[in-house]
Amino acid sequence: MARAALPRSARLSQAQELAVSAARTPRALAWRQLRKHRIALIGGAILAGLYTLALLADFVAPYSLDLADRERFFHPPTLPRFVDDEGKVHLRPFVYATVLADPGLRVYRENTNRQYPLMVFVRGEPYRLFWIFPTYVHLFGVEPPARIYLMGTDQFGRDLFTRILYGSRVSLVIGILALCVTIPIGLVYGGIAGYYGGRVDNVMMRLVEVIIAFPAFYLFLTLSAVLPTNVGCTTRFYLLVLILSFIGWAGFSRLIRGFVLSLKEQEFVLAARAIGQSDLRIIVHHVLPNTSSLVIVVATLSVPGAILGESGLSFLGFGIREPCASWGNLLSAGANLVNLSRSPWLLLPGLFIVLAVVAYNFLGDGLRDAFDPRLRTGSGG
Amino acid sequence: MLRYLARRLIQMIPLIFGVTLLSFIVIQLSPGDFLAEIRLNPVVSGETVDAMRRNFGLDQPLFIQYAKWLWRLLHLDFGFSFAYHVPVTWLIGSRLVNTLILNIAALVIAWLLAIPIGIHAATRQYSVSDNALSLTAYLGISTPSFFSGLLLLFVAFKTGWLPIGGMTSLDYDILPWYGKILDVGRHLVIPASVLGFGAAAGLMRQMRGNLLEVLRQDYVRTARSKGLAERPVIYKHAVRNAINPLITLFGFEIGGLLGGAAILENVVGWPGLGRLILEAVVQKDLYVVMGSLVIGSFTLVLGNLIADILLALSDPRIRYD
Repeated sequence: MARAALPRSARLSQAQELAVSAARTPRALAWRQLRKHRIALIGGAILAGLYTLALLADFVAPYSLDLADRERFFHPPTLPRFVDDEGKVHLRPFVYATVLADPGLRVYRENTNRQYPLMVFVRGEPYRLFWIFPTYVHLFGVEPPARIYLMGTDQFGRDLFTRILYGSRVSLVIGILALCVTIPIGLVYGGIAGYYGGRVDNVMMRLVEVIIAFPAFYLFLTLSAVLPTNVGCTTRFYLLVLILSFIGWAGFSRLIRGFVLSLKEQEFVLAARAIGQSDLRIIVHHVLPNTSSLVIVVATLSVPGAILGESGLSFLGFGIREPCASWGNLLSAGANLVNLSRSPWLLLPGLFIVLAVVAYNFLGDGLRDAFDPRLRTGSGG
Repeated sequence: MLRYLARRLIQMIPLIFGVTLLSFIVIQLSPGDFLAEIRLNPVVSGETVDAMRRNFGLDQPLFIQYAKWLWRLLHLDFGFSFAYHVPVTWLIGSRLVNTLILNIAALVIAWLLAIPIGIHAATRQYSVSDNALSLTAYLGISTPSFFSGLLLLFVAFKTGWLPIGGMTSLDYDILPWYGKILDVGRHLVIPASVLGFGAAAGLMRQMRGNLLEVLRQDYVRTARSKGLAERPVIYKHAVRNAINPLITLFGFEIGGLLGGAAILENVVGWPGLGRLILEAVVQKDLYVVMGSLVIGSFTLVLGNLIADILLALSDPRIRYD
């Protein structure tokens, strides 16, 4: 009724009204702000690419995880080429087969008699796509005895590109799984400590402070050295996830507790208490959901720490062990300077680590800015 | 202030107690002990192993072992190393100095780089140099230290400019005193730069962010409108306020001085505390691990305390009572 009283020019059009009312929730506002943050979107795109590669690792990799060609150890990368030895240009990329010319110096000689064209959707080692559908198809490959080693091989003749792809499954997922354990525990512990305050808070925070007082890496190291050595790859992976969460939950609950301490003085909490809602319900239904913006930002920014920690540990030999692959694990082959000097491609997994961590940092920074109401940039976009 | 200090110091005591208890529990979780490997050796008889066990005190029930260790700890006796047969305090002491040298060098590099670069980036926000520096900073905090260490070692190997790892050359002992300092310095370049640049990256981003926030404040606008030249506005007023949060970080860094960059020390072969704890963990050298954990936690907590004190001293808005 009151709308008819306003002059026509002051009334918003239907579409504008819809748009304004749709972007009211903090999460929607943050999402709009995030879309404008180009660097964060780049980070998100890189991560989407990496995770897709990890999911489709069996398909994209030309060989399987432990396929070792003993006669092609420390083989340099064989990238597909367009120009052959005589200078002729071919439309279809191809590789030459190689033969070990000098085992001591690890020199390989190309056999330029025959060209092996690069084929797509090639029949290779069997595997289960998405862990369900058995199939033989790989994205690309070449006919044996030629090999396509996009990033060279290691000391056992295993294709490094394949191992990097499989390793991405470990390195990229370990942080997220650890979060799945840390976040619920941290929310409950921090929520209770922050909400009740006083003596309960004091006692609960003592335990947290003891854990935080440890240098995190040493604790990680000691705990993983404690793991039994004869467990399988997957079990070790899950145990490492548990260790990561054990170290991470303390700092996280302290953050949540601080936030809850400030939240509980707000009016909606007092109102809920006045209605007579139980403490548990208030914590779970009202207080904790309001910490979601903090949780999202902290979670995104803690995954790079987990990736770096896990790769450091695997590099030393305490994390993921052979025959499983993880990016840190793969780098340890390059730790020997003699090997590294002749086979510099052994350092390539490190670039993947940097890429993933940079992407997470971009995304995390963008999220943090998006949730910060002081940095909102108006209703454009 | 003094009351606050006293209260914090008293609170540290149960904390350190908890830390020692947790270290003890953690190291005892692993199956077997230091003598497990020797036991498997068929040459060594069972009685010898048992005698060694009694010698090391490993046959006592766990809480007695812990109580004895804690008692000795109060006398600053960290026990004996099983592997090296020397008191843990000797072992830690020698390595500690090396780690301190490395970390202090890294700290100096980090701060000398980060503050000016952060100021430069903030005062030229969104310019080409700012974007380039920010990108470099992102890369710096994302690169694992052992990866950059390996890269630098590779470069050093190929070019021969710097020694490849270790702390001293073979002829260290016969060098004159200035030669010794120079020698250690040359070996220090790679590990200290790796640590220093990595830390500088994070610090620089902090400095830039803080300075940007300060430059938005009203008092900066007032100073400019009063006719002050840009230089005193930035250096005399803005930077002083922007540095405040970084002082707390400085306190944390002091706490981390003995933390040791274990992986980097391993990669470059720097004989420091981090390497010691790595070897000790592998060998299950109980008292060395516990001693290192306690010292590491103690310095961390002390660093936190120093950070809080520095913050209270520098920021008049904060009152601890």
